[in-house]
Amino acid sequence: MDVRLREIVGAHVWEAGTEDAIDGVQPALVIEPGSVEEAAAVLRLANENNLAVAPRGGGSKLGWGNPPERLDWILSTVRMNRVLEHAAGDLVVRVQAGACLRDVQQELAGAGQWLALDPPEAEGTIGGIIAANDFGSHRLRFGTVRDLLIGITYVLPDGTVAKAGGKVVKNVAGYDLNKLFTGSLGTLGLIAEAIFRLHPVPASSRAVVAPQSGAGMGAGELGGAVQSILDSSLVPSALDFEWREGGRLFVLFEGVETGVTAQAEAARQLLDRRGGAAILEDVQVRPLWQGMGRPQLDRNGTRLKITTPIAELPALITCVENLAAGHPLVRTMWGHAGSGIAYLDLGADEQPVIALLAELREKIAALGGSVVAHAAPAGVKRALDVWGEVGTALPLMLAVKRQFDPMRVMNPGRFVGGI
Amino acid sequence: MDRRARLVRRMEEALGAVAVVSERAELRTYECDGLTSYRVVPSLVVLPESAEQVQRAVCICHQEGVPFVARGSGTGLSGGALPVEDGVLIVLARMRRILEVDIPSQRVVVEPGVINLWVTEAVAPQGYYYAPDPSSQLVCSIGGNVAENSGGAHCLKYGFTTNHVTGLEVVLPTGETVQFGGKALDTPGYDLVGAFVGSEGTLGIATRITLRIVRKPEVVRTLLAAFVSMEEAGGAVSGIIAAGILPAAVEMMDALSREAAEAAVHAGYPAGAGGLLIVELDGPAAEVEYQFGEVERICHQNGCTELRIARNDEERVLMWKGRRAAFAAMGRISPDYYVQDGVIPRTALPQVLRKIAQLAAAHDLRVANVFHAGDGNLHPLVLYDGAVEGQAERAELLAGEILKACLEQGGSITGEHGVGFDKKRYMPDMFTTTDLATMQLLRCAFDPDHRCNPGKVFPTPRLCGEVPGPYRVHPLEKAGLAERM
Repeated sequence: MDVRLREIVGAHVWEAGTEDAIDGVQPALVIEPGSVEEAAAVLRLANENNLAVAPRGGGSKLGWGNPPERLDWILSTVRMNRVLEHAAGDLVVRVQAGACLRDVQQELAGAGQWLALDPPEAEGTIGGIIAANDFGSHRLRFGTVRDLLIGITYVLPDGTVAKAGGKVVKNVAGYDLNKLFTGSLGTLGLIAEAIFRLHPVPASSRAVVAPQSGAGMGAGELGGAVQSILDSSLVPSALDFEWREGGRLFVLFEGVETGVTAQAEAARQLLDRRGGAAILEDVQVRPLWQGMGRPQLDRNGTRLKITTPIAELPALITCVENLAAGHPLVRTMWGHAGSGIAYLDLGADEQPVIALLAELREKIAALGGSVVAHAAPAGVKRALDVWGEVGTALPLMLAVKRQFDPMRVMNPGRFVGGI
Repeated sequence: MDRRARLVRRMEEALGAVAVVSERAELRTYECDGLTSYRVVPSLVVLPESAEQVQRAVCICHQEGVPFVARGSGTGLSGGALPVEDGVLIVLARMRRILEVDIPSQRVVVEPGVINLWVTEAVAPQGYYYAPDPSSQLVCSIGGNVAENSGGAHCLKYGFTTNHVTGLEVVLPTGETVQFGGKALDTPGYDLVGAFVGSEGTLGIATRITLRIVRKPEVVRTLLAAFVSMEEAGGAVSGIIAAGILPAAVEMMDALSREAAEAAVHAGYPAGAGGLLIVELDGPAAEVEYQFGEVERICHQNGCTELRIARNDEERVLMWKGRRAAFAAMGRISPDYYVQDGVIPRTALPQVLRKIAQLAAAHDLRVANVFHAGDGNLHPLVLYDGAVEGQAERAELLAGEILKACLEQGGSITGEHGVGFDKKRYMPDMFTTTDLATMQLLRCAFDPDHRCNPGKVFPTPRLCGEVPGPYRVHPLEKAGLAERM
């Protein structure tokens, strides 16, 4: 096997170390193909030999998902890291999956453009961001991967290289497999190349913080503040909140100088009634927004992603507060209030986390939402499915998996319903 | 009892006799959708009035081994809702209820037969609207929009149907009802909402659709700019985009389409213009004011000969009226016309327009150009006279060559009208055999027997037999939790 692999990728294969393990499951080899063709040949070999492969980009989200059922090879995209084409006049970029988002942004910035994705992990690669459907605060205005990805080249486990979509932003020819691969956690095939639509970098930005200091708003008050912004004609790029016994709201405006000044002032007035809002100038905004990202999670901590309909934010907070009463384990909560998404960090004590997660899932489901554990220690992952219930669509999802990866080579066991 | 008679009886039992059309003469009224050049009389038409009835109808088709085609208002322009012979046409026009309006969560839940514009009408009093606005929005249905991933003039800034659907209830070709997504975002699992929207009715029938609604902008500013040529108008568009401005809409019309629109609706478009641009900006007042000034400046820089700014809603509506009427207006200047729908990278516009002019001359036909210039979606209207022998064939040939010109520039064969029946033959020009075969893996998961809108989108259906190689049993199957489909 090693000989055949060396024929394909040369010296770019080696024995995996313990740092390559996923949730404690140890792979044998790490393989770094340098091209789509090499990646296809590696996957074909794995498929023929009944092996299990985990694609890996920057490795920043390997903790997402259930523990692998089996794991033989790590297929790393680090060598497939080029920006292939930047058509600035068409606001389109074509990149290899292993390209680091930060590097891509740097290259685009030269033309005053950016890929409107801002997941907090700066070392994340394009492929990883697509596979994990990762995003950040700008989701409110620009959407997520599914709204920006217009073309994809992928490799199926049998070595088939195929593409969907194209290089133009408007295109309805054929099935939209861009969407199918987005968030598929590497379980359908290897994402090799991607084409995205781009946006101009805004000239100025302002942020409004409310309240500026003090204890923060109550859950109902916070919900009211969120609604007052959403229900106005303001167009924020982000509408985030954080919660530590009380709530604080962060509203980001981007665009031309006169526009953001006017919008920020209007937002400040809307929010000021609720206890002191302040405008942050351009220079302060960027560090704030980077810092707003995700706080560092404690080792062995659990991070939950909770989604509900937008208006249920107060109910979500109240629900967490009630469940957490008397539990020292609840640390902090923050999220994207304008999209109905919250993150909750829990401590390392496994049993209470397991109990809380089960109860929280039931309550959040009643609100029409879901709870996914993005990171959790092995004990928690063994006790419950990190994805939770999938509902009536699960048999269909299994059928999709069976069509694309009948041998269950790609990340077996890590996705919903044991996919 | 023969097969058809049994099918009729079963459908009548399941849906009631009023919901079943089986007389030949009546069936003929359903023989085509908005693309009238293809006609097939279905074996049977059923008109369910609830999700449950849709499910019953599909179950019967499944049990009887009969193919079916879903249709909303039937305004599609690619023959996507063309019936199949021996098949059942399931018309969803009676499912017209808006089930829920949830302003605080920015969602509306509708049945598939609801007309696009009704959604906006339902939420307009609260200051919201539904963004995707195909020109047919007065008559087209949301179910059809979902099938086609419909766009519209404003999708440059606001996206297409797929960006505005967060949840679906779908009756699968096997007759099961499943839920994808919902009012909340990021439901765990594969994004089957995303995979389903734009699948042109080949994966199942959406019976309940959750839509995202958007807050109305503070201001809308619209201008009309006339240029000597399409190239200069195109230069202005490139200038606007290069200035970092994302307009709500940028529409371009050439002399011929301007002339036709003018004759039809008297929009007062500047006479003699070789290229006409409608630019609309919307958003917060201060930002729009600044950018609108920039747009004016860029238009003048690019040789604009006349520039009008809509001073009020009436003037704005009038500016749009000509554009919206452009397709139908072709009847004023030509006995017949074919609407092409190609996409090019915006910057390739000059080359492609030159090529279209060359092709038109070579085929001795006229082509009028209407263009969603912001996103590169070109609608060349090929004019012909079906009564003159050979013209219809030449028009078809020309329309096909225009698509190839789009593909040569890295474009697409359809931006919003869909592949349907009409364009499946061009799919191999855009995708490899492998690309097409792989896309159909999705089809095989949803509809292994190819009963759901067969013969559309793909030139060659993929056989969904057992996948080669030893099948590895999934642990859930082993545990009896999930059945193999």
